Amino acid sequence: MTINPDMKYTKSHEWVKEEDGIAVVGITDFAQDALGDVVFVNLPEAGDEVVAGESFGDVESVKAVSDLVSPVSGIVQAVNEELIDAPEMLNSDPYGAWIIKVEQVNDREELMDADDYEAFCAEEG
Amino acid sequence: MKLIFEKSVPGRHSSLLPPCDVPAFELPETRQEPLELPELCENDVSRHYTQLCQRVHGVNCGFYPLGSCTMKYNPRIDEEAASLPGFTNVHPLAPKASVKGSLEVLDLAARYLCEISGMDGMTFQPAAGAHGEFTGVLLIKQYHDARGDKARTKIIVPDSAHGTNPATAAMCGYDVVNVASAPNGCVDLEALKAVLGPDIAGLMLTNPNTVGIFDENILEITRLVHACGGLCYYDGANLNAVMGHVRPGDMGFDCIHMNLHKTFATPHGGGGPGAGAVGCKAFLKEFLPKSALMEGEGHIQVRGFAGNFLVVVRALAYLLTLGREGVPEASANAVLNANYLMQKIKGSFTPAFDRVCMHEFVLDLSEFKKETGVSALDVAKSLIDNGMHPPTMYFPLIVHEALMLEPTETESKETLDEAAEVFRKLYDLAHTDPEYMHAAPHHAQIGRPDEVAAARNPVVRWVKA
Amino acid sequence: MGSYVPGTLQERQEMLRAIGMEREEELYADVPAGMLLTEPLNIPSGMSELEVRSKMEALAAENKVYKTVLRGAGAYDHYIPSIVKYIPAKEEFLTAYTPYQAEMSQGILQSIFEYQTMICQLTGMDVSNASVYDGATAAAEAAAMCRDRKRSVTLISAAVHPDTINTVRTYCYGSNTELRIVPCKDGKTDLDALKQMLTPDVASLVLQQPNFFGQLEDARAIGEAVHAAKAMFILSCDPLSLAILPTPKELGADVMVGEGQCLGLPIAWGGPYLGIMAATSKMMRKLPGRIVGETHDDAGNKAYVLSLQAREQHIRREKASSNICSNEALCALTAGLYMAAMGPEGMKEAARQTTAKAHYLQAELCKLPGVELKYGGAFYQEFVTVLPKRDAVLAALDEAGILGGLPLGENEILWCATEKNTRAELDRAVAIVKEVLA
Repeated sequence: MTINPDMKYTKSHEWVKEEDGIAVVGITDFAQDALGDVVFVNLPEAGDEVVAGESFGDVESVKAVSDLVSPVSGIVQAVNEELIDAPEMLNSDPYGAWIIKVEQVNDREELMDADDYEAFCAEEG
Repeated sequence: MKLIFEKSVPGRHSSLLPPCDVPAFELPETRQEPLELPELCENDVSRHYTQLCQRVHGVNCGFYPLGSCTMKYNPRIDEEAASLPGFTNVHPLAPKASVKGSLEVLDLAARYLCEISGMDGMTFQPAAGAHGEFTGVLLIKQYHDARGDKARTKIIVPDSAHGTNPATAAMCGYDVVNVASAPNGCVDLEALKAVLGPDIAGLMLTNPNTVGIFDENILEITRLVHACGGLCYYDGANLNAVMGHVRPGDMGFDCIHMNLHKTFATPHGGGGPGAGAVGCKAFLKEFLPKSALMEGEGHIQVRGFAGNFLVVVRALAYLLTLGREGVPEASANAVLNANYLMQKIKGSFTPAFDRVCMHEFVLDLSEFKKETGVSALDVAKSLIDNGMHPPTMYFPLIVHEALMLEPTETESKETLDEAAEVFRKLYDLAHTDPEYMHAAPHHAQIGRPDEVAAARNPVVRWVKA
Repeated sequence: MGSYVPGTLQERQEMLRAIGMEREEELYADVPAGMLLTEPLNIPSGMSELEVRSKMEALAAENKVYKTVLRGAGAYDHYIPSIVKYIPAKEEFLTAYTPYQAEMSQGILQSIFEYQTMICQLTGMDVSNASVYDGATAAAEAAAMCRDRKRSVTLISAAVHPDTINTVRTYCYGSNTELRIVPCKDGKTDLDALKQMLTPDVASLVLQQPNFFGQLEDARAIGEAVHAAKAMFILSCDPLSLAILPTPKELGADVMVGEGQCLGLPIAWGGPYLGIMAATSKMMRKLPGRIVGETHDDAGNKAYVLSLQAREQHIRREKASSNICSNEALCALTAGLYMAAMGPEGMKEAARQTTAKAHYLQAELCKLPGVELKYGGAFYQEFVTVLPKRDAVLAALDEAGILGGLPLGENEILWCATEKNTRAELDRAVAIVKEVLA
């Protein structure tokens, strides 16, 4: 399992990376592995409000569905439309396949750095 | 096997209708798209569907121990009753005086089912179990609304419940409060007490529960829910265990649905039609659904007309056959068969709860999987190679690597002995050749289908090449 | 008494002993004392098969079977080819469970895949589900799938079947969402009133084509108005009529729903019927219920499976948009079989004859003094007349073994004809009406 040192993490296995006031959000390698083959992603629309700790969409595998929980509060600036046709990107490149970009970030969940997240996964695993 | 469209030959047809004996009428606007349905003669159609039929496994083909689904034998006399022209050729809006037979069918079925369930009123409008749940929870909602009690926004559902229960509560506008089960699969009274309060509209429960155990605290459970002002809904999925022995109404439940296509032997038809009769105590009768066109406005309604009438006809024929002696006999033998099969399988696989069960039991294959690498899914698929329909897999969610078996009362001792022998053989095979089981089935219509491909790139209709 | 328990008393005793019990009562040891029934159920003693047959035949004989049916209003007495009655009674189709185990259910899965394709061909829509309970619940489910966080109000035309309106109203009551009724003008949906009602909170409009009064709505213009307001257009159609009438796709529908009874199912006092749901591909993942998809197995052979299951209640639980589990699979198989047996030309012929007979009946009735057509718009199969002595007319027809049209309002009748009605039957009915009115 890989963990990207440049990102922050939630207990529900999303990653977030903030640059220039934009928070980029995706799911971790641990999450994609637990889900299995991702077959569909339910995405919000640009302009939607997201709230830290609340669901903004979900990912489906064949026999499971899992909420996507936003690490931050703000407004969705962009969604990764490529995931609609190629959800498998979440399996093959979890840290490259971002899901949403959030602007006007005004609140954050309690986030872990890479080391803490690694320890957290070790406990969960 | 080819699709019916691939067998089409332009110009081929059957002769079914006479020439039109009145002047043709030209409608102002007609369809522009071509109508590309298959063109076949009657023999083509007959052969095609017969081939399809040979690729179906019904209860008449072999053992079907599908937990929670009560796949009992479907008597032929019930089918004959349902095909009588006096039932099939009757219009739902024909005058009341011309449908006395239909009304009596509903009346008799309602009386018998009220007696079996301990309820006072019954509707047959719901078309399936989940539809019955929806109707039942709407009775609860109307009851609270009629009293002006708007604070009740939550429904309690145990974590062992069927997926339809939480989905139903959500469709009825309620927040779902999941309550963890006790280690024996029964309701954890302390966990229940912790969530009870003035915001609880009701509880949805099945008893015996989804692991096949009769919850001995049932009276205390329903008392606690009533004490906080909530009502109790009985999911009749497991009624086949207790008919004629215990009544949901006597357990403290206020309303109930019964799956006529499980407990009362009407066929599943490859997924439907079923019928979800909903019963209730007298104080809820005023809230039962009615048809706007048959009975007037002012009531809830969950489907057109009076429901899946021909399914009720079948269930009535079944009830008349069994009668007061046969109904409890059916349940007792369903329980006996389940316990006997569990006892026979226990030598190899491990029951999740090693105690007397009701009409079904759950195997826990998690240790077995650790030992052999063979999963519940592998065992299920290997059963197909042995001509047996697999049990319900991975349910309830509280048991890992679960296989849930419900033999029903209509299986003989030999069938159960043979099934146990197949389980024993597979147990041994898992220890000697697990790879073979990972790749099962080997002798079925197809191997394991690629469900990931199906979901990622859905092909849900045929398209002309 | 009758019984389907195979075990002899001796076998049952052996089985009891094998599980360490002496008596059957021990099976219910977990049931708290005092709750077990001590008296037999208060229902009649069981009967032999021969007695049950007599009893059921006696009950069926208490229903009146009309030789001629001129009543529709949601249940249509079309001709059902023999093969369509015979094949669904095959025990394998009849007694199988939902095809979750694809490896032993290819026949059912393929029949549903073919049904889905035929519904797409018939309606022009991109994707169909495997059925829901009936036409009324299909409309209610469609309204639910069109709602989102921003738009939650459902509009429904007052010219939709009353049972459908009441069912949609009930589903809206359940989900705490609002239903607003769009009024009618001259037996059709009032487009001007609709335009006023298409506010930004409206998720969808449910329209029926032909509507409850038999009238053909100006569905295309209505759909355009709905889309201009960024709402979804749900069109409830009579599927047989689509063999000749413009398809919901051509009329701009986002979701097509319909009562599939007319496709080979008996009127059977209301059920089982067939809820048809089809949609544009954009709406596919919002469709409730089962959907069969094509894939391949591990050896590359074509295979069919229940697909897109993550939408459904057994996976999504309280987050599922519908709780539907059992559907009307055997009715879907029957409808697919009906369409295959009739073929495209047979379907068109049945629809053409249906509309020809209905127009003949209307013309003949309206020649009678005192009988007037209530609405002047185009119709397909049903029409409303105003006439004096309505109840006497219906009683005289009843006497002659004819189920007349459905009484509406004070002096109106909603008439219906199908390809089954011969000219002689229709002439006879008109002659009876004439006699009563004379």
